[in-house]
Amino acid sequence: MTQEVPSAPDPRPKFTKNDFVSGAEVRWCPGCGDYSILGAMQQTLAKFDIPRENYVFVSGIGCSSRFPYYMNTYGFHTIHGRAPTIATGLRLVNPDLSIWVITGDGDALSIGGNHFIHAMRRNLNFNVLLVNNEIYGLTKGQYSPTSPTGKVTKSSPYGSIEHPINPLCLAIASEATFIARTLDSDPRHMSAVMERAMRHKGVSFIEVYQNCIIFNDKAHAPVTGRDTREDRMVYLENGKPLVFGRVDDKKAIRLNGLYPEIVKFDPANTQGLLIHNEADPRPNNAYLLTQLTHPDFPVPFGVLRCVEKPTYDDLMNQQIQDVIKKKGRGRLKDLLYTDDTWTVTP
Amino acid sequence: MAGKAKQLVPAVTVRFAGDSGDGMQLTGDQFTDTTAVMGNDFSTFPDFPAEIRAPAGTLPGVSSFQIQFSETPAFTPGDVADVLIAMNPAALKVNLRHVKKGGLMILNENAFDEDGLEKAAFPTNPLTDGTLRDWQVVRLPLSDLTVNALKDHPLRASEKERCKNFFALGLMFWLYDRNLDHTIEWISAKFAKKPEFVAANIAALKAGYNHADITELMPTRFEVRKSKLEPGTYRKVTGNEAAALGFIAAAELAGKTLFLGSYPITPASSILQDLSYRKDFGVRTFQAEDEIAAIGSAIGASFGGELGITTTSGPGLCLKSEALNLAVIAELPLVVIDVQRTGPSTGMPTKTEQTDLLQAMFGRNGESPVAVVAPQSPAHCFETAIEAVRLALTHMTPVIYLSDGYLANSAEPWKLPALESLPKITVQHPTRGKGPFQPYARDPQTLARPWAKPGTPGLEHRIGGLEKADITGTVSYDPDNHEKMVKLRAEKVARIADDIPELTVRGPQSGPLLILGWGSTHGAIHAAVDEVNAAGKGPVAQAHLTHLNPFPKNLGAVLSRYKTVLVPELNSGQLLMLLRHQFHRLGQKDGTRLTGYNRIRGVPFFVSEVRQAIEELL
Repeated sequence: MTQEVPSAPDPRPKFTKNDFVSGAEVRWCPGCGDYSILGAMQQTLAKFDIPRENYVFVSGIGCSSRFPYYMNTYGFHTIHGRAPTIATGLRLVNPDLSIWVITGDGDALSIGGNHFIHAMRRNLNFNVLLVNNEIYGLTKGQYSPTSPTGKVTKSSPYGSIEHPINPLCLAIASEATFIARTLDSDPRHMSAVMERAMRHKGVSFIEVYQNCIIFNDKAHAPVTGRDTREDRMVYLENGKPLVFGRVDDKKAIRLNGLYPEIVKFDPANTQGLLIHNEADPRPNNAYLLTQLTHPDFPVPFGVLRCVEKPTYDDLMNQQIQDVIKKKGRGRLKDLLYTDDTWTVTP
Repeated sequence: MAGKAKQLVPAVTVRFAGDSGDGMQLTGDQFTDTTAVMGNDFSTFPDFPAEIRAPAGTLPGVSSFQIQFSETPAFTPGDVADVLIAMNPAALKVNLRHVKKGGLMILNENAFDEDGLEKAAFPTNPLTDGTLRDWQVVRLPLSDLTVNALKDHPLRASEKERCKNFFALGLMFWLYDRNLDHTIEWISAKFAKKPEFVAANIAALKAGYNHADITELMPTRFEVRKSKLEPGTYRKVTGNEAAALGFIAAAELAGKTLFLGSYPITPASSILQDLSYRKDFGVRTFQAEDEIAAIGSAIGASFGGELGITTTSGPGLCLKSEALNLAVIAELPLVVIDVQRTGPSTGMPTKTEQTDLLQAMFGRNGESPVAVVAPQSPAHCFETAIEAVRLALTHMTPVIYLSDGYLANSAEPWKLPALESLPKITVQHPTRGKGPFQPYARDPQTLARPWAKPGTPGLEHRIGGLEKADITGTVSYDPDNHEKMVKLRAEKVARIADDIPELTVRGPQSGPLLILGWGSTHGAIHAAVDEVNAAGKGPVAQAHLTHLNPFPKNLGAVLSRYKTVLVPELNSGQLLMLLRHQFHRLGQKDGTRLTGYNRIRGVPFFVSEVRQAIEELL
């Protein structure tokens, strides 16, 4: 029915990363974070037994949306913001494909904001990877819907007066069933998250913190930078407290009423700490995690939410099967020649 | 009982008019169904406001339904009505101009009270002030008569009053000597779960019929004999119903899953609704979040190797244009159904117009050819749907299907086709060959590119909105390649002309005057041409285009055989503009004059106005 995902990885991999390299000349800027995302994706697909003809990469417009050209799979580089709509139609006529939507912060959240929320709420069985560099790169440096307030760009020379949107929060508001965050500088983590997304049945949404070296270099460095990341990033582990900080100064999160606060971490006493539960069917915990933002809190990475819900495509297939079971497969003759006909004789 | 004089008439036009809540569309539908069963030819015209329930009794709330039924062929719903039934003063006011002078008006006098007159902005009572002196007026307390007839029924008074449409229908059934059985059956099925409503509505229907029969209310009865329709099996069909059936049939003929991505919009929504019932045919309908998602999903389905279509009206076509262009450059099959309505912008959503032809032709960035077809009558929507799909799948191109609000809702008898007579639609998907797969290699005849289905081993490839290199389909910024691709896309659509029938002319094959139309104006033009010729003023020839891009190959030759070509359109001359461009040499060489007759009032042509336009050229 849905994409064939083996329950356990084959110990002898069928494919290698190179099987998924298209050979088209990659045209991102030297040093662009997209290279490592592409590599992580190719690495991830090699972990599965899915033949490459069963993958489709669909993208919109923007630097990251060139992604499909570099994958040796089926690909469709569509129009700005609309990739989820094309993926939707494709998903609904072919249950066997493994579909990835590759998008960016402008593509998914600005021009494609409407399609984004509806793809999330419908729980269509495909994966959405959002490359977030907080800037419009392909149009050469205007602020994006995720740019911070005050950001000076070519179209905001006196600083952006907009409030940025929080992609994960928007996804949880639309009740997405799989939500995760990763970063371009950690290929292993990226690949692990991508693998989880592929194994999830339903819509999977991944935000990747990506560095645009030309127009927004080091935008994420205050969080993910080498010197700061221990204190400002927290890697989520299911069933465990949210522990972060330097080896000699470990901290964790606990709830004070509805609000999170940072406390010193004592491995001997974890009572009262916020324990990550990605499978919680209620969205409250996942929402709370989306609100852990810099500079007040460490930013969570990993899987924020992974819950099961019927997918739109399965429900559609089921409805069709049920009707056919009840009424029989329609016959064209019966459809045209109904009870309301009359006959004219010569 | 039925002993009164009966007058034989060849054709009658009846108009039902009331408040949006009075059930006039339903009453009209029932009258039509019985008309069909009685063997008449007919054509209907539902005419209603966009407001669902404007304040009761007001002018904007008036909903009307017109039907012409006949022994002779009925090409249109009739210009003006022989009989009007008006449920209130507002319905009278709005419809006065739609009734023939000397015609019959049946008016519900209960509604002509101070309040009703004020809402309809009648300063004095038209029943008594001489306004109606040119008509035969039958005043009836329709509401009282209905409530009285139902006095023993266990319904609230307001519920009884609402049965008055069936009382009125009963009157009309008497007037035209119709059988009540079909409507009684319909009421029984419709209200099966509420037996008290079945009883009340049937009682109201019979009471109306009997009231006409036993009173001297109406001077004569009329008889409209069976029409001499071609032998065959018929059903009543509206344009949107026929379109929905046509797309299902086309998918079956092509062996494809039908996928409709759609966003509700008047007057196209009923195609989405009809198709959403057809899960037994495996039809997949997706009600998208907006017009763009609707076409995007259809393109996704086409990319997936199935039949993607999308339904909309003019404002939606504007929103879809960028995605439509993606289908143009990706060279994927797609059918965009535009049920045209008045514009610009929201315009008059329930009113008809032929004003999207130039948008269909040119409303996209870059040079972006698509095929364009247009059905000419409600039943013709069926075969045109199949034709649109055939062209899209055979030629790997988007096709725009231009219906309109009039065709969408208007009904006529449809002679059902033999399934064997439907065209074959052959689709071939490539499989792995010897060399590398070339997604932009072309069929030497049609120039169609291969339609590779994702999931096919060895054909992995990438397409998209960036310009493609010829044959390989890789991204290309090469200037010569771009020019070549622009010309290839144009040539591919132009070559469809080799695959469509030539234009046929009804009447003299050359001469002083040809009337050339397209789309829903066919009926009015046909009737007007017949009238002119019957009056001995002709001979005038008629031809009608279903294929608007490309045109049939012989169109230029046909035009050149006439001194004058009149192009009636419900726009300011859009087909005329295309003809004058494509055949600009005609005038110089052969002296053929191309001229238009154009109305943009949101209503279909009257036969009389087209006739007058023709006569002015003779």
